[in-house]
Amino acid sequence: MLGYVVKRFGSMLVMLAGLSVMVFLLFSVLPADPARLTCGKTCTPDVVEANRQRLGLDKPLVEQYAVWAKGIVAGRTFNEGQGAAEFTCPAPCLGYSFSQQENVTDLITEAVPVTIWLAAGAFVLWMTFGLTTGVIAALNRGRWPDVVLQGISLVAYSLPSFFVGLMLLILLIVQMSLLPYPDYYPPSEDLKKFLVTMVLPWVTVAFTSAAFYTRLTRTQMVETMGEDYIRTARAKGLAERTVTVKHALRAGLTPIVTAAGLDLGILLGGAIITEQIFNLPGMGRLAVESVVDSDLPVITGITLVAATFIIVANFVVDMLYMVIDPRVRLA
Amino acid sequence: MSDVQPATASRSPYLELRDLKVSFATEDGLVRAADGVSFSLERGKTLAIVGESGSGKSVTSQAIMGLHPKRSAQITGEVLVDGTDIVSASEETVRSMRGRNMAMIFQDPLSSLHPFYTVGAQLIEAVQAHGEVSKSEARQRAIAMLDRVGIPNAARRVEEYPHQFSGGMRQRVMIAMALINNPDLVIADEPTTALDVTVQAQILDVLRDLQGEFQMAILLITHDLGVVAETADDVVVMYGGRVVERGPVNEIFTRPRMPYTWGLMSSVPNLTDPRGTRLTPIPGQPPSLINLPTGCVFRPRCQFSAHVEDAWCDTKRPDLEPVGPRHDARCFLSVSQMAALAPRRADGEEVA
Ligand SMILES: Nc1ncnc2c1ncn2[C@@H]1O[C@H](COP(=O)(O)OP(=O)(O)OP(=O)(O)O)[C@@H](O)[C@H]1O
Ligand SMILES: [Mg+2]
Repeated sequence: MLGYVVKRFGSMLVMLAGLSVMVFLLFSVLPADPARLTCGKTCTPDVVEANRQRLGLDKPLVEQYAVWAKGIVAGRTFNEGQGAAEFTCPAPCLGYSFSQQENVTDLITEAVPVTIWLAAGAFVLWMTFGLTTGVIAALNRGRWPDVVLQGISLVAYSLPSFFVGLMLLILLIVQMSLLPYPDYYPPSEDLKKFLVTMVLPWVTVAFTSAAFYTRLTRTQMVETMGEDYIRTARAKGLAERTVTVKHALRAGLTPIVTAAGLDLGILLGGAIITEQIFNLPGMGRLAVESVVDSDLPVITGITLVAATFIIVANFVVDMLYMVIDPRVRLA
Repeated sequence: MSDVQPATASRSPYLELRDLKVSFATEDGLVRAADGVSFSLERGKTLAIVGESGSGKSVTSQAIMGLHPKRSAQITGEVLVDGTDIVSASEETVRSMRGRNMAMIFQDPLSSLHPFYTVGAQLIEAVQAHGEVSKSEARQRAIAMLDRVGIPNAARRVEEYPHQFSGGMRQRVMIAMALINNPDLVIADEPTTALDVTVQAQILDVLRDLQGEFQMAILLITHDLGVVAETADDVVVMYGGRVVERGPVNEIFTRPRMPYTWGLMSSVPNLTDPRGTRLTPIPGQPPSLINLPTGCVFRPRCQFSAHVEDAWCDTKRPDLEPVGPRHDARCFLSVSQMAALAPRRADGEEVA
């Protein structure tokens, strides 16, 4: 078992290294010239060339990658121009944003907590809601609670999040003034404002996802409720609630955990639309801004971080299999 | 029941089925899986149900456990377990009786145990379902029970998962689980079918031992007539969802009074037949439980219906009639016709 964990962890590191190569190459072949982006409109070709050399952008790609990758592991130094003092970009250094005049790592570090809060809250909401309604639907298979829940989840599942988000914003904030306009404060600074701002983004993200988990949970439950060990559990005289949750739901958990882990991983990379609608300074909004500004180092950094979340989520899901299923653990 | 012997008449049976009917509404029509099943069983005795696949043995046993979902199964009649009617009792009453009054051992121990919980956890929850017992005490009982059914190193193996046990050991776990709350009735639905022959014998020995110790009633469903001959006190023969013959094992084996039973018995020349002897198939198809044949349900496969006057077999359903001491059969042939027509062995004796 420990061997498996180590092996799986090693392969995750290899994947991360491969990922960094791919992300770097992807953004190196883009037509945007990073050297041209280092100075404003009045930039002369001489300055551009000077900057190109100073940033090593004239070097071969392999060498450029080495510098970039080393920066992530060990940090690096930059200087803004002739005569200006050098400054350091400590590890993990994802580069320097000339348009924002800040280390990419700092920009991302500011944005990540916002996205984590958004993802975590939405995750709790959609899992609670999705699992509960899925179990209820399965236990009432074919009867009205099932039909109603299935109908609602089908509609919810097909609504795009921009629609749900905008409707909530327009109805509850603009028209009915039930909530103030969103204005993000970290929970440590102002918990009340934080909650008031986050509640609609949470609902927006959770709404569509919950529908998917309702359906997934229902499918799983309908299947496991027909298993022989469920009959055994009843034959022992266990209460129906124990049979349902402890035996049936637990047995059907594997695909649910897989989907939930990946969904959470993806969401941690930024909820572009929801963050945009509710004015949340998270990864999604940072990504949009940097694309608009053609801020290549930031785009590269965000892509790398977002993809890393997914790879790590994959690893965590694999580890959870072992917690859930002893046959995997003891194999 | 007919001719109940005086010695047993004073004791009321622990299990009694009275005209039990279980049917399922399906797209093709109403499936009458059990159609008027009656029999009874006392503490300390073993009753075997035999009959070919689809004859309603499992449906009947699950009705005794109250395991049929109320929504899909329509159940009438009475299933009296220690005087309580399972059919009409509340869901909570039946739940509290499961595992304590009646318990069940299923055919396939691998699929019948939860793959994600240790054997100990599954035994402990069975104990705790029936009373306030601390976890450590429940664990001690689990270990003792595993030990009792012959699992070596029970204290260590209680922490293991079902997939870490062999088939025979797994079935011992199932038995331990069924017996851990000292039920008075144990239903074993083909408990050894999934196991190889030597292991089958061990499992049956365990069950017999435990019956000697705890005096529980055993309802044994099996296809193995050798096992029936060795372990059963009484036999119920089922065909097409109904009881076609019932009686003490010796009566059934020596004087079967129903052509279907003859078909079953003709493969078993005597009581000392080795274990593992299987039912030889009887020519023809089992009846459709949706459209039962008119008249006697067995008539389409019966070679003897011509002997019955006025073609009754085609038009009337025979009743379960007394044909001997505590012995009933569902057939229009008279007892003397039976004696004359019963298949004979090479030595000229009646199948015996
Ligand atoms: N839930 C159900 N819905 C519809 N039909 C059912 C249901 N359960 C059982 N049946 C039908 O009832 C009949 C009797 O089934 P049962 O399982 O009792 O047979 P059995 O005697 O135990 O056979 P076997 O020896 O193969 O185990 C079968 O024809 C089966 O298809
Ligand atoms: Mg069966």
